Amino acid sequence: MDSVKETLSSPIFKNNPIALQILGICSALAVTSSLQVTLVMCVALTFVCAFSNLGVSLIRDYIPGSIRIIVQMVIIASLVIVVDEFLKAYAYGISKQLSVFVGLIITNCIVMGRAEAFAMKNPPLPSFIDGIGNGLGYSLVLIFVAVIRELLGAGKLLGVEILPLVTDGGWYVPNGLMLLPPSAFFLIGLFIWGLRSFRKEQVEEPEFKMAKHTVVREGV
Amino acid sequence: MEALLSLFVRAIFIENMALAFFLGMCTFLAISKKIQAALGLGIAVIVVLTITVPVNNLIYNYLLSDGALAWAGLPDMDLSFLGLLSYIGVIAAIVQILEMFLDKFVPALYNALGVFLPLITVNCAILGASLFMVERDYSFAESVVFGAGSGVGWTLAIVALAGIREKLKYSDVPEGLQGLGITFIIVGLMSLGFMSFGGIDI
Repeated sequence: MDSVKETLSSPIFKNNPIALQILGICSALAVTSSLQVTLVMCVALTFVCAFSNLGVSLIRDYIPGSIRIIVQMVIIASLVIVVDEFLKAYAYGISKQLSVFVGLIITNCIVMGRAEAFAMKNPPLPSFIDGIGNGLGYSLVLIFVAVIRELLGAGKLLGVEILPLVTDGGWYVPNGLMLLPPSAFFLIGLFIWGLRSFRKEQVEEPEFKMAKHTVVREGV
Repeated sequence: MEALLSLFVRAIFIENMALAFFLGMCTFLAISKKIQAALGLGIAVIVVLTITVPVNNLIYNYLLSDGALAWAGLPDMDLSFLGLLSYIGVIAAIVQILEMFLDKFVPALYNALGVFLPLITVNCAILGASLFMVERDYSFAESVVFGAGSGVGWTLAIVALAGIREKLKYSDVPEGLQGLGITFIIVGLMSLGFMSFGGIDI
């Protein structure tokens, strides 16, 4: 039981796919300007990641090494098509807003990376849980970014007004920058900074060290 | 002609793949420590994009879209749901063929690009460009220009970032921001800079 918990929780904080492994950043930045779209994206990615891990793991002993990438890709692409068609049928508006980013789950490095690094070597159940764990790790960062962007950028969360805007007679002047692409970069940069202040072991070694400041003494 | 030129400029600057749509970010951040490597990867991306986007355009228009199979006597067929699977297959196959072709006929170029080619299959900028092409309904000529333009834009962005990072390693960055964190913030500033191209119209 402990190992299940470990597999599930380690990718969320200790080994976060976005903050530490630099995987799956593309979609993390592009879909986070509204919380609702972000939540859909998180569910979609967690679903694809969990089931592709399960699928790859089930047939891992029968995949010839030389064509394994193609096989993994076919499994992932089929799952993404299912998600895409499902969204088009039941949530057309959101699927329009996500535009190409649902399709880009195929090339999301988290899904590929977990299939290659974990599911190829482990039995189905742990792989499935690992997929969910990584999906949740991804979701954590995305939701964090999306909450800040939508709250500060539009004064709303999930479309419900939290900070009354000046234009509607309230007091909050929305920060338009938060809705623009660059803010996502800044927020993730700061998120990494915050995470690494708590977990010192994640800090990268600098390539060059600054020389120590030398005290200037006059006429001693 | 003018429309194509305008599309080209827009794909490079205004709708820059890396800085406006965040595509190809993983390799963008991972391979941008040295200008030399960044340039090699960039050229490989330009080549692959210029080939795959038009090829996927033909596949979409003559095999997959609604009624596209009329030439084969199947006017009611709509295979567009197979799109994702076909595009990624085409991209993987073309990258593989390109690799074999370069290895056989242009070994010098193969040695320069060698390590980057397999990485490109999973670069979201490549698949993203094909998906944008389908979504925006580009014609064949437009798709060639769009593919080349977005490749050039991506290369421009990664080489610029690599240049900044080469200088950056001499600066005194706070401990937690070291490496990945500061890179994100720089890319954010670059993206802010590229936004000033918005509104340019030729």
